[in-house]
Amino acid sequence: MVRFSRVALAYPDQRGRPGPDVLRDLSFTLGEGSFTWILGPSGAGKTSVLRLMQAALRPSQGEVELLGIPLSRARRRDLPPLRRRIGTVHQEFRLLSHLSAWDNVALPLRLAAIAESTIRADVADLLDWIGLTGKEERRPEELSGGEQQRLVIARAVVTRPALLVADEPTSELDARQARRTLALLSEMNRQGTTVVVATHSDDLPGRHPARMLTLEGGRLVADG
Amino acid sequence: MAEAKRRLARDPLGLRRAMADRLLIGLVAAMALLAALALAGRSGADRLAERWRAGAQAAVTVQVPQPTPDRMTRAIAALRALPEVADAEPVDPARMAELLRPWLGGAEGLPLPGVIELRLADLTADTALIGDRVAAEVPGAVTEAHGVWVAHLSALSRAVQGLALAVLGLVAAVAAAVVGVAVRAGLSARRDAVLVLHGLGATDADVAARFARRAAWLAGAGAMGGTALALPALAGLVALAGPLAGEAASWQGLPWLDLALLPVMAAAVAWVSTQATVRRWLRRLP
Repeated sequence: MVRFSRVALAYPDQRGRPGPDVLRDLSFTLGEGSFTWILGPSGAGKTSVLRLMQAALRPSQGEVELLGIPLSRARRRDLPPLRRRIGTVHQEFRLLSHLSAWDNVALPLRLAAIAESTIRADVADLLDWIGLTGKEERRPEELSGGEQQRLVIARAVVTRPALLVADEPTSELDARQARRTLALLSEMNRQGTTVVVATHSDDLPGRHPARMLTLEGGRLVADG
Repeated sequence: MAEAKRRLARDPLGLRRAMADRLLIGLVAAMALLAALALAGRSGADRLAERWRAGAQAAVTVQVPQPTPDRMTRAIAALRALPEVADAEPVDPARMAELLRPWLGGAEGLPLPGVIELRLADLTADTALIGDRVAAEVPGAVTEAHGVWVAHLSALSRAVQGLALAVLGLVAAVAAAVVGVAVRAGLSARRDAVLVLHGLGATDADVAARFARRAAWLAGAGAMGGTALALPALAGLVALAGPLAGEAASWQGLPWLDLALLPVMAAAVAWVSTQATVRRWLRRLP
């Protein structure tokens, strides 16, 4: 499902030359239908790991295999279909402010050229699931932080992705909204989606015990 | 509401607001106006050249003094034998008399030369040589070539046509550059939205097509406006140039098909330029 083999990652500097490694010699495998926490302090490399899992980057060294596709050897045109099978929840939401809540959730389905009649039913079900029925026409800025986060999750799962990747999904939320967000992620995992959540919170993994990968300085320092 | 939702679905990047529509439409309209003038100039020069070419072909005449039937027959036969001459026809004496009546009055007894009109197969042919050959066959025959200056005018008209095409090419290149700048501004304004779409699995072709459709629509609308603005000026030029081309001033003299194709061409240029700009920008992403 997800396999990292001796992965190193360096971001290019302003001149396009590779900078220092932010990930070093990273190897692990995540099975299908698993739930995994990525832990570590700020700057440990959690977001970089998740960006590799979103096929938003290619490794500088080693290999990342996502859903059977090796990133370093994948052709550019193979990546969009891969990304459509991966749901992404960003810390900073990244909702499109000029679209309504409904259209934000429908966007991945429209990109996949799904029929409008199917979109209508799926989006209505999802908005009901995340408790946003009646707020379909609101723009993201008219929703609370918790509602926006749930909207992001709805957008990430509307295509029923095989892999769901969440980066600090509760960092901007109060305790009640954080519990609700975690419940949504757990529910997706219960339905068979492989879920990976990065957090610097020590409390969150305690509420949903699962495998924990701990990073420090770009290296994997604990797996258990 | 459902229709509004569908409209938004077709514009998830919010390009209706992101791409400076008034500026782009205005600039393309100005360029379409120039292109319309160039097209009309090319069309007008084409028609004048055609008319002048026809005139040049009939602008060589041979005068045969003492135009007895024998001398006229020999002169015509000698001319028709030359490869440079496409045709040689005697001018009817009655028509000659009619043409000269304003100057000579009804002077019936005045001896007039016989006149032979030539159509040249090759406009570059040396008319002096033709004159020498017919004079050798029919002593006293004189050849007058009025086609030289017409040939120069014809060359001038061809140069005008070439210039008009160069102007059209330049206008198209500037239009492509202007659209490219507008699209880069649109990409900057919608960078986050483009990255979101890219992350959700949109292909380069999908993102580029959304920008290209918008740019093509704006350029097409601008070109339509510019072409419409050019029409009064073109009508004035037609009125001025009509007599030179031997035509009555008429709207029919305008190159309507070319003008109708201008918005289509502008849209095509914008579409291609946008596709190239957006795809180049997206190539920086993994």
